[in-house]
Amino acid sequence: MLYINCPHCGMRSQNEFSYGGDASVKRPELNKEVSDQEWDNFVYNRKSLRGKHLELWQHISGCRQWIKVERDTATHEIFRTFKADEEVA
Amino acid sequence: MTQAFRIENGGLINRDKKLSFKFNGKTYLGYEGDTLASALLANGVHLVGRSFKYHRPRGFFGAGVDEPYAVVQLYRNGETEPNIKATEQELFEGLEAKSVNCWPSVNFDIGAINNFLKIFLPAGFYYKTFMWPKSFWYRIYEPFIRKAAGLGVASTKHDKERYEHKYEYCDLLIAGSGPSGLAGAYAAAKNGAKVILAEDKPRFGGSLLTSDVNIGNQSGKDWAEGIIAELKTMPNVVVKNRSQIFGYYDHNMLVMSEKVSDHLPSTKKYHPNKRLWYIRAKEVLISSGSIERPIVFGNNDTPGVMLSSAAKEYLKVYGVLVGRKPLVFTNNDSGYETAIEFKKHGVDPVVLDSRKNPESEIIDEAKNLGINVKNSYVVVAAQGYKKVKSADIASISEDKKQLGKIENIQCDCICVSGFWTPTIHLASQSGNKTKFKEEIDAFVPGQSKQNEITLGAANGVFSLEETLKTSFTAGSELSKKITENDNKVAIPNVVEKKSSQHDKFWCVPLPKGKNYKRFLDFQNDVAVSDVEIALREGYRSIEHVKRYTTLGMATDQGKTSNLNGLQLVSEIENKVVPAVGHTTFRPPYTPVSIGAIVGREVGKHSKPTRKSPMHSWHEKNNAVFVDAGVWLRPRYYKRGDENLFEGSKREAKNVRANVGVCDVTTLGKIDIKGPDAAELLNRVYTNAWLKLPVGKARYGVMLREDGIVMDDGTTTRISENHYHMTTTTAQAANVLSHLEYYLQLVWPELNVNVVSTTEQWAGAAIAGPKSRDLLQKLFPNSDVSNEGLPFMGYMEGDLFGAKARIYRISFSGELAYEVNVESDYGNFMWEKIMEVGEEFKIQPYGTEALSTLRIEMGHVAGSELDGRTIPFDNALEGLVSKKKDFIGKRSLQRSAFIAEDRQRIVGVVPLDKQTSIPEGSHLVKDDKAPLPNPKLGHISASCWSVEYDNPFSLAILKDGKNMIGQKLFAMSPLKNKVIPVEIVSSHYVDPKGERVRS
Ligand SMILES: [Zn+2]
Repeated sequence: MLYINCPHCGMRSQNEFSYGGDASVKRPELNKEVSDQEWDNFVYNRKSLRGKHLELWQHISGCRQWIKVERDTATHEIFRTFKADEEVA
Repeated sequence: MTQAFRIENGGLINRDKKLSFKFNGKTYLGYEGDTLASALLANGVHLVGRSFKYHRPRGFFGAGVDEPYAVVQLYRNGETEPNIKATEQELFEGLEAKSVNCWPSVNFDIGAINNFLKIFLPAGFYYKTFMWPKSFWYRIYEPFIRKAAGLGVASTKHDKERYEHKYEYCDLLIAGSGPSGLAGAYAAAKNGAKVILAEDKPRFGGSLLTSDVNIGNQSGKDWAEGIIAELKTMPNVVVKNRSQIFGYYDHNMLVMSEKVSDHLPSTKKYHPNKRLWYIRAKEVLISSGSIERPIVFGNNDTPGVMLSSAAKEYLKVYGVLVGRKPLVFTNNDSGYETAIEFKKHGVDPVVLDSRKNPESEIIDEAKNLGINVKNSYVVVAAQGYKKVKSADIASISEDKKQLGKIENIQCDCICVSGFWTPTIHLASQSGNKTKFKEEIDAFVPGQSKQNEITLGAANGVFSLEETLKTSFTAGSELSKKITENDNKVAIPNVVEKKSSQHDKFWCVPLPKGKNYKRFLDFQNDVAVSDVEIALREGYRSIEHVKRYTTLGMATDQGKTSNLNGLQLVSEIENKVVPAVGHTTFRPPYTPVSIGAIVGREVGKHSKPTRKSPMHSWHEKNNAVFVDAGVWLRPRYYKRGDENLFEGSKREAKNVRANVGVCDVTTLGKIDIKGPDAAELLNRVYTNAWLKLPVGKARYGVMLREDGIVMDDGTTTRISENHYHMTTTTAQAANVLSHLEYYLQLVWPELNVNVVSTTEQWAGAAIAGPKSRDLLQKLFPNSDVSNEGLPFMGYMEGDLFGAKARIYRISFSGELAYEVNVESDYGNFMWEKIMEVGEEFKIQPYGTEALSTLRIEMGHVAGSELDGRTIPFDNALEGLVSKKKDFIGKRSLQRSAFIAEDRQRIVGVVPLDKQTSIPEGSHLVKDDKAPLPNPKLGHISASCWSVEYDNPFSLAILKDGKNMIGQKLFAMSPLKNKVIPVEIVSSHYVDPKGERVRS
């Protein structure tokens, strides 16, 4: 079970969180023309990469904040965590 | 019965307390502190079972967790449990156990015929033989394998025992209470670290209980007892016996199974049977010790052949002689320690040492005691069927290839020592890449992967002095990092005998003309010849050899067999062992009860049960409950001997005729506040929200980004910047997360707060033509007329002193209202509604009547919003704004979603107006068409229309828009029904929706 450092609450076990997928996905702006390809990329297409992955988790049984977690998908090592509005350098 | 093999004195058992137990129906006596194995051995019982494949007689091989043979079926307090190791099961009064894998009895076993047909069962036998003919599989092969296989029978009864889960955090977790674990725990505890020390056996001390050493001028055993006693007094230390750490998972999470009650005749009241600990440790000290490995020789599975360390443990811990004429066969000094213990108790052992001329203090001591030692000698084969009667022995050449003349000597047990294998399972599970240590012919942990350190015998260090030194130091250093204390602990002086180098010898060659079975894996019956076959047939990877031969795949996970298997492969392949590599160590290290893994989450406890504030009223009024997600909701209120059909029909009819009240507390409720609340709703829902006036409610549909309907419900504008959203019962949590996602990540610029208020409000839906009259009486000071409170209106009111929110919304299609009060007043509200409603013939109605009412009105619910439908499919396209953008809008342009013949909701009526259509039935054009019959749609919900008194269903049907009036067939192969039906409008009752506005 992963041990995730919630930037708001501190170290908490994985079972307090729910997974939210790739954090690098950006929703197209509202009221903007979007091509089929762009829309498909937003809704469906994901990389499923091996290695460092920036992903979303929600601390549902804690502060209910969505956070970003930089995790290695092969080793499960967690490098850094960020608040939702924090820029990832 | 006498315990003929129990010595007069000695051992750590309690001789004041005799215990009576039964094995295979026969009664025996043992002592408190015995295991089932030690008690049986005290009574001279060596035959405990039959082997897995050949059904050869099986005895005891070890004295603990490594035991491959003595697996029994246990009976305790009216329950039964399979796969119990007799070497681990503590004796209690009244214990009953039986052998497994034998039929009809352990002494006469039919399956043993396999032993004489062993040509029939070589490696890969299952793969090769049972492949064909295919028709034989079900009738012959599978029943045969099923009967022959298995390590006992699982109980079919409900398990009365309780199992607990516990989450724990500590600075230092220590796996194993041998010298290394004790030293590490003591040093860390003195530094104020929070320490958990886990020991799988009942007694702490590990090897110190049986070794002949001194620590700080005391015996090793006394020193261990002193340390444990002191640790137990320290508030920062938890010491746990009978507790096996069986898995090392990610981020330093380890799981431990604590046997709380298995050693007692029955579990104490309020106590669990087992407790599963999830431990998050900052640092982990793996001090899991080592397991003696056997030397392979002919018939080495005969009962009476056992590990020399086990023989010593039976003697020193339990006061039991495993034989009176022992033969010790060793390639190192450990065998001598066992021989010395025998000699001290008046038994004369013979020692066969494969080494030519070893010299050490221990060997000198043995010789000085007059023990008969034969150097360069080996056991060629054990003789005897159900028990060792003698051994064929021979001298062996220095290159270990040539045997001398074979002699036969009488013996009643053969104690084998092939040196020691470090227990590296936990280190390996943590991700540590192990390395091969040439000096000990075994793998040890390499570079630490997580925060783990492996010390002592588990790390291949067999010197007590070095083990204590490194472990005290590690305990101090690891704890110093965490607590910043630096309390030095003096390392005690150690007296131990120096050993000589072991012999790298593990398998006795076959003598000419003999074809003895030489077993590697004792539980799965894998012999040297099986591995040879696998390699001959081209299997090279050790993982493949393992699966083909099943070597190391039994419940003991090859604790005594893996290394010898590797030695054999490396020898045949002419590779060094590290090049062959070992198979993966996977948790659990030992079998763990399913009950312990499940914990308290069984039956009604598998998820929380939520009850509305009116639950006790429903109970008192004969409600029959149904699970709705995690909620318990009344399905109907039973009157007399009404069944569900009759009761729900009565309730639904009364709503249409008079007035009914339904508990709708379970609906999800979300409070939405902030200046941008309307903008959020406008983006989340498909319809327009910017112009909803204060005091008005609106129905809305929300989509996922892929265009599929996520949920529906009404949202009410309570005041300028304050909205009250309702969701379906099932989607409440998802919708909240959905809103939080967009507010926190996508549109953080929106100034809105959302919070769940599902628990804060109790809700009652009042529906029926007389609902307004009732409402007026409930709120005499409010104007609830059609003008004062129009359809989709909202007002606040005073319900006999309780503040209430009144919404004029309807799910039933009737004139209806929903009244909410704070949860604490829920029951008060309900009782008032029933009391005042009496003159209007009010009846409470449950979810079944609620369903009926919404189905015949064509209102969609979860069965239509099933994660596969878009607004059009549910006839909700009128609510999809063409002007503004919203979540999921772009997806609605997908070609499949705008196809001409897109599926759509319709009503379905059976032609005979009699036969109810099972939900899930497929709609087809031709009921006689060959399979697979093309499916046009499916029945999503069915009811008995109370308006028309005939069955009515909703369906999602291809090209539904153009199918009204068509005749189709509803087919349910599950219910074996074919029903001719007609497609009608989904709005079966009141298609213009006049009633809700009346
Ligand atoms: Zn948090």
